[in-house]
Amino acid sequence: MQRIGVFVCWCGTNIAGTVDVHAVAEALKLEPGVVFSTDYQYMCSQAGQQIISDAITEHKLTGIVVCSCSPRMHEATFRKTAEKAGLNPYMVEIANIREQCSWVHKEMPIGTEKAIMLAKAAVAKVSLNAPLIPGESPVTKRALVIGGGIAGIQTALDIADAGFPVDLVETKPTIGGKMAQLDKTFPTLDCAACILTPKMVDVAQHENIRIFSYSEVVEVGGFVGNFNVKIKKKARYVREELCTGCGLCTEKCPQKKVANEFNLGMDNRRAIYIPFAQAVPKVATIDAAHCTMLKSGKCGVCSKVCTAGAIDYKQQDEYIEETYGAIVAATGFNPIDMGAFDEYAYSKSPDVITSLEFERLTNAAGPTGGKLLRPSDGKHPQKIVFVQCVGSRCSEAGKGKEYCSKICCMYTAKHAMLTRDKYPDTDVYVFYIDVRTPGKNFDEFYRRAVEEYGVHYIKGMVGKIEPVGDKLKVQASDLLDNRQLKIDADLVVLAAAIEPDKSARSLATMLTASMDTNDFFTEAHPKLRPVESPTAGVFLSGTCQGPKDIPETVSQAGAAAAKVIGLLAKDRLTCNPCIAESDEMMCNGCSSCERVCPYGAIGYIDKEFRMPDRTVKIRRVAKVNAAVCQGCGCCTVTCPSGAMDLKGFANKQIMAEVDALCL
Amino acid sequence: MTEKERLQEQILRTSGVNPRKCMKCGKCSGTCPSYDEMEYHPHQFVSMVESGNIAPLMESESLYRCLSCFACIDRCPRNVQPAKLVEAVRLMVIRQKGKNHLKPDQIPALLDDEMPQQLLMSVLRKHSK
Repeated sequence: MQRIGVFVCWCGTNIAGTVDVHAVAEALKLEPGVVFSTDYQYMCSQAGQQIISDAITEHKLTGIVVCSCSPRMHEATFRKTAEKAGLNPYMVEIANIREQCSWVHKEMPIGTEKAIMLAKAAVAKVSLNAPLIPGESPVTKRALVIGGGIAGIQTALDIADAGFPVDLVETKPTIGGKMAQLDKTFPTLDCAACILTPKMVDVAQHENIRIFSYSEVVEVGGFVGNFNVKIKKKARYVREELCTGCGLCTEKCPQKKVANEFNLGMDNRRAIYIPFAQAVPKVATIDAAHCTMLKSGKCGVCSKVCTAGAIDYKQQDEYIEETYGAIVAATGFNPIDMGAFDEYAYSKSPDVITSLEFERLTNAAGPTGGKLLRPSDGKHPQKIVFVQCVGSRCSEAGKGKEYCSKICCMYTAKHAMLTRDKYPDTDVYVFYIDVRTPGKNFDEFYRRAVEEYGVHYIKGMVGKIEPVGDKLKVQASDLLDNRQLKIDADLVVLAAAIEPDKSARSLATMLTASMDTNDFFTEAHPKLRPVESPTAGVFLSGTCQGPKDIPETVSQAGAAAAKVIGLLAKDRLTCNPCIAESDEMMCNGCSSCERVCPYGAIGYIDKEFRMPDRTVKIRRVAKVNAAVCQGCGCCTVTCPSGAMDLKGFANKQIMAEVDALCL
Repeated sequence: MTEKERLQEQILRTSGVNPRKCMKCGKCSGTCPSYDEMEYHPHQFVSMVESGNIAPLMESESLYRCLSCFACIDRCPRNVQPAKLVEAVRLMVIRQKGKNHLKPDQIPALLDDEMPQQLLMSVLRKHSK
């Protein structure tokens, strides 16, 4: 006979405000099997846990029901309490009477009635609970970081410094990401390359870090502590181990007309190229789509000039398989396409550019050598208009993004300030909806642009831009002066909204990590677990989780690394014992469960069975790999013969809950 | 319900616009080709309707300066549709009781062979309540 205890929590007024907790405790006393029932202000407090602990000993309880908040909040707390009092932790059930009851109801009688029903269901379930013993699985002490921007670099460095090996996978030929393309960084205006490239070199030279550049993750299997990952190393037609990065091939290649993506297509590169001088690894890559040799077999200039003999036109994609204990997603962002904004003439005039293009135009290593010149005619622009929130805070689906991109106010202030500093003869206008500059020394920075550098900040939005002759006719509203402005500008810079990199979605599918409607990775808890994905062993670093600037990215990257280190420092992980189990007597070996299992946890064995007529028969039956099963329950609902069951959530337990609610 | 609230409610219902969606960016007024001829500009229509300040809009010539080109509707990042508010205020002016612009006994004087009678009828209907 079960001896069940019921503990009803007030959660201050969170529950007690809408649920008559005494009535719940009293009602539950009448349930069969319940020998003790009480309520208390805060069950999760030390005193509350003591009540539970004492009751378990005093009343010799075999199972307990805590009516409180969501099990996501305090299930682990109460399981520990039970364990300390000598009760198997899986003999604890939580009736969620806060999130699913008191918070959604307003009237006391309704809230109370529902709380009693939920508690009764939990009692019905716990009566059928069986003690479970969790197993253990080993931890592979190696981490995988996907994305080689500043987020991935910082995470990789921090994990590697703690003594664990890290593999850094980057889809481009070099690590560095967006930060490598920037000119200066706010609010201190130090040069991006000067602070980033030493870190890139640190990564390259770190004994614990392997860089897989020009590579992609193509398959992820396994689970926390033991992920099996397949990485595709794309053929770059240059042998990395031989190439010295001298760059001779990139000077001699006759194919000169390939748009240079590092400079956002504002100049050209060769078919064999090194993205920029400080690239890591500093190795040339052949762009197969434009290489004459690879396309028609005629040329071979790079191979002839290469003194290291590194060119290999026959190179194939290579696949690497490796096991990791933890995976960090750091896939970053891109500015959105400006094609949908006809009114801003981005596709009509080369002098309407995005802010990232402006970065390249002012960068000493950029297409103009750092001189601010108009892309159309190479003249020095006299009047520059910056437009903020282009595509940000935009509720029109397909055109922009609903969210604030967060970084634009600060980089626009930076661009405006630097322009006025370097070219005091220019007139600089910034059109804004709101200036959002929270952050250490951020608002001071923006005010400096206005007060010291005389940047014209205008509250209002640009309505349309029309290229006429060599001018851009900008028509905008000035809301504070209540007038419409018409400016003949030489250059217009659009602060384009940012969006997660397109690769993030397929990666999320591989990792079974969740995403929000904007394709940003979701964190396990928006406030308390901001760098972990809800999927165990998957961590988040940088803008793949939400828009953020460099200081924030670096702090989050370090936080993600700390979580990874905490995981890798363990030798073994406790597994969840609530996993599937197959009843071999009922299994008919149909393979339905194997097909639906998202973790590949189900295999089949041939087993001898003694039949009623005393013959022996060999039958094929399902067997669950306990280390791989995550207890999702797909197999239990698929199994046509009812052989598959989930420990802790057995079919008869679920039915008992339903009966308690409905009968 | 006060008269002010009644006017506001009617404008909101006729137009189907929710002015609370406006984030006051001013792109509507930045894009408006008739801006300089208007006393109240597109963004003011939105904020004045939102605050229930409708009477000045009904008195204003701005109503008839709006070309209904819908540039403001097309470009509004929050899908507020200011031109629909202008149209709703126009309709409200037209539909006012006792403000007849045309009386039946004026019609005979207006008749000529060129003028379609249908036009006169529709004008009469529109302007007499």
